[in-house]
Amino acid sequence: MGSHGITDKVAIVGMACTKFGEHWGLGTDDLVLQAAEGAFDSAGVGRADVDAYWLGTAQSGMSGLVLARPLRIKDKPVTRVENFCASGSEALRQAAYAVSSGAYDVAMALGVEKLKDSGFQGANAFPVPSDGTNRTVTAAAMYSMIVPAYAKRYGVDVDQVKQALARIASKNHANGAHNPRAQFRKEMSVEQLLAMPRIAGELSVFDCAGVADGAAAAIVVRAEDAHRYTEHPLYVKALSFVVGDGSGVSDPDYDYTTFPEVVLSAQEAYRQAGITDPRAQLAMAEVHDCFTPTELVLMEDLGFSERGSAWKEELAGTFELDGELPVNPDGGLKSFGHPVGASGLRMMFEAWLQLRGEAPDERRISTYGKRNLALTHNLGGYPGEMVSFVSILGTEGPAAA
Amino acid sequence: MHGIIGFGGYLPYRRLDLSTVADVAGGGGRKGARSVASFDEDATTMAVEAARVARRRAPDVPIESVWFATVAPPYLDKTNATVLQAALRLPGECGAYDLVGSVRGALGALRAAASQSGPALAVAADLRTGLAGGPDESFFGDGAAALVVGGDTHGDVVAELGPWVSVTGEFVDRWRVPGESRSRVWEERYGEVRYGELGADALDRLWKAAGIGPGDVDHLIVTGTHGRACRAVAQRSGVAADRLVDDVAPAVGNTGAAHPILALVDLLERAEAGRTIVLLTLADGAEAVVLRTTGALVSGRAAGASVASQVDAGRPVSYGRYLAWRGILPIEPPRRPEPARTSSSAAGRSVPWKFGFEGSRSPDGSMHLPPLPDEGELEPMADARGTVATFTIDRLSYTPSPPMVFAVVDFDGGGRLPVELTDVDADQVAVGDRVEMTFRRLSTADGIHNYFWKARPCRGGDD
Repeated sequence: MGSHGITDKVAIVGMACTKFGEHWGLGTDDLVLQAAEGAFDSAGVGRADVDAYWLGTAQSGMSGLVLARPLRIKDKPVTRVENFCASGSEALRQAAYAVSSGAYDVAMALGVEKLKDSGFQGANAFPVPSDGTNRTVTAAAMYSMIVPAYAKRYGVDVDQVKQALARIASKNHANGAHNPRAQFRKEMSVEQLLAMPRIAGELSVFDCAGVADGAAAAIVVRAEDAHRYTEHPLYVKALSFVVGDGSGVSDPDYDYTTFPEVVLSAQEAYRQAGITDPRAQLAMAEVHDCFTPTELVLMEDLGFSERGSAWKEELAGTFELDGELPVNPDGGLKSFGHPVGASGLRMMFEAWLQLRGEAPDERRISTYGKRNLALTHNLGGYPGEMVSFVSILGTEGPAAA
Repeated sequence: MHGIIGFGGYLPYRRLDLSTVADVAGGGGRKGARSVASFDEDATTMAVEAARVARRRAPDVPIESVWFATVAPPYLDKTNATVLQAALRLPGECGAYDLVGSVRGALGALRAAASQSGPALAVAADLRTGLAGGPDESFFGDGAAALVVGGDTHGDVVAELGPWVSVTGEFVDRWRVPGESRSRVWEERYGEVRYGELGADALDRLWKAAGIGPGDVDHLIVTGTHGRACRAVAQRSGVAADRLVDDVAPAVGNTGAAHPILALVDLLERAEAGRTIVLLTLADGAEAVVLRTTGALVSGRAAGASVASQVDAGRPVSYGRYLAWRGILPIEPPRRPEPARTSSSAAGRSVPWKFGFEGSRSPDGSMHLPPLPDEGELEPMADARGTVATFTIDRLSYTPSPPMVFAVVDFDGGGRLPVELTDVDADQVAVGDRVEMTFRRLSTADGIHNYFWKARPCRGGDD
């Protein structure tokens, strides 16, 4: 028994990502087609060459038919997976295990979400029939509780925490401004962000991820086959997934300043990849900045920053594009937008571009050419009841290759 | 000895300053205030709150039947008293019955409860609305009251129930067609004369039945739907003017079906032992009953918030918000999906949690809210108080009265629940605030009311 990982057994050989945003003219089918065809082209394969498909979507459709129908795939296994906002990462994880097992040679993971057809602002969870006693509070409100809790635990003034949160949003807006696929491409100053009206606790709309439509896809093969498809594959160094039991929301000892599921999934990923000092070893990280306080806590939970010091590191610019460890160089959920099922694969797409030197100069990470590992972190749920995924991807293949 | 073992009243937190009515409605209003049920309250939730006070004063009494009277029933066809049975954690073999539609029904509920051989709970609750600027809006209020009735083998009788006289008079003075929000009234003088006759007749019969006269009465309560008639009957009763009970109507309005019992509860909370009380209610006839307080009265009212303290605790609600809460002024709803309807079968499985607010206590001593499915003993938590560990103001979430104030509450004795706060102004909340649980209606979808608990700040009392 044990969690062994599949380090260096699988490689990503093709990736694509649609523009994220309000696609009033595109439906789920169109987004699936765009991402799938882009990934086929990227890997130089046709749809007949892919042996099995995993589709991640939180609530844009049910079953593998959501992918099989627009792609007109009549004879292949297609599996729809759902794990909250980590559904796209979950699809990649299943596809990677499938090729690693030898069951298939080529697999596709595709994530898609069509949020803007709901007719309501914000993201709204599909209502499961219930006894009516569930929380009715929004995700923004749940995450907003981090702000006073963090300030209290570390003896920091709430205004200083808000400054740090505004720096996070400002950084991600600046990065997104240089990204043609991003939903929001406008730089926002800290002063502008701090002046926004509050919608939940201390959070404004600009502390929240963009609500977007979009899709992203990856094609995976066994590592030894990778060079048949591309000169520059990305090797899967680690995949980890931890689902908590939801007890944090009812545990009086939980204090809203950390996500235990993230800590555990990061530790497991670092173990698989042999990483001992993530801040020094990683070239970049794409993290799940669904709300600005989430990114603040993630810097500590992922081990990038000492406990209680992430707010200072944000103010110091540690995680900016030219900082010590660039975080969310593509703009993150904040400005790239958050089509739920697509986001996990979108993060990997940025690793794909950056590590392979394909990111445009204006948002190239300062570590390019010096380090070759990227981390993606994708979570779903709420503080205290969360699912958390971490991957490590790298350009260096297995020693024998 | 048979009589009242437990008693409790409930007044909602909000007060409408009636001097603000005329500016909006063009007329109406008066000096003073009326009580206003919150947007998340209805007759059933207020009845639960009143009954909780009565139960705290008569704990462990094995109530065998619940008799619930209201003129504003949240459900028809479906019994409302079953919600009381569930929320009060009364056993399944406890009967639960509604008496719906008239103020007089409250006296029927009390009489039915008093006629049972086993302990019984009589509860009356009412929301009184009327049209904007009308007299009902200004002279009525919202509230609830409850009495646990039984023999001295069931608990300490605080007021012995004496003879009961009922006089029924069929005539049309106040009426409302089902579905209408507004009651109509006949010319005031006709009701005043008829109720004058009926009230005097009932008192005459009561003196004979009880073997007492007006001079033997220490406290006379006269309530009913016709204010002038009540005052006139009291003045002509022969009971001395200083023994006529001033009830809470001037402060909060006449609470309709709840009012006779509310006035009695209020009196029991300040009366002395060995006193003779007459409760006379004028509603489509006259109901009169004699009560005699006992030495158990003072200790019997130690727990729970008194009616008088709840009168004092009230805080204002604007006329506009009152009109919106009552649906008289339709306001733009939040641009968010409305709540889905509650699953009847899921709610049916969840009665101990959803209605009874029972958590589970694990072998390691930890408390779990909601209860764990496979571990621990269920334990009632509705009367546990808690402390706000952290909170947030949610301006996005769907609520009929934005913004939603949402807190993480840690309970005394263990357990944590993230839960909505109610009866609170968003700018008043602070970490460390003490809160208590209150039974509320979270939403209604497809006609199904979603009842559950919220937390509210402790307003003085036992903490």
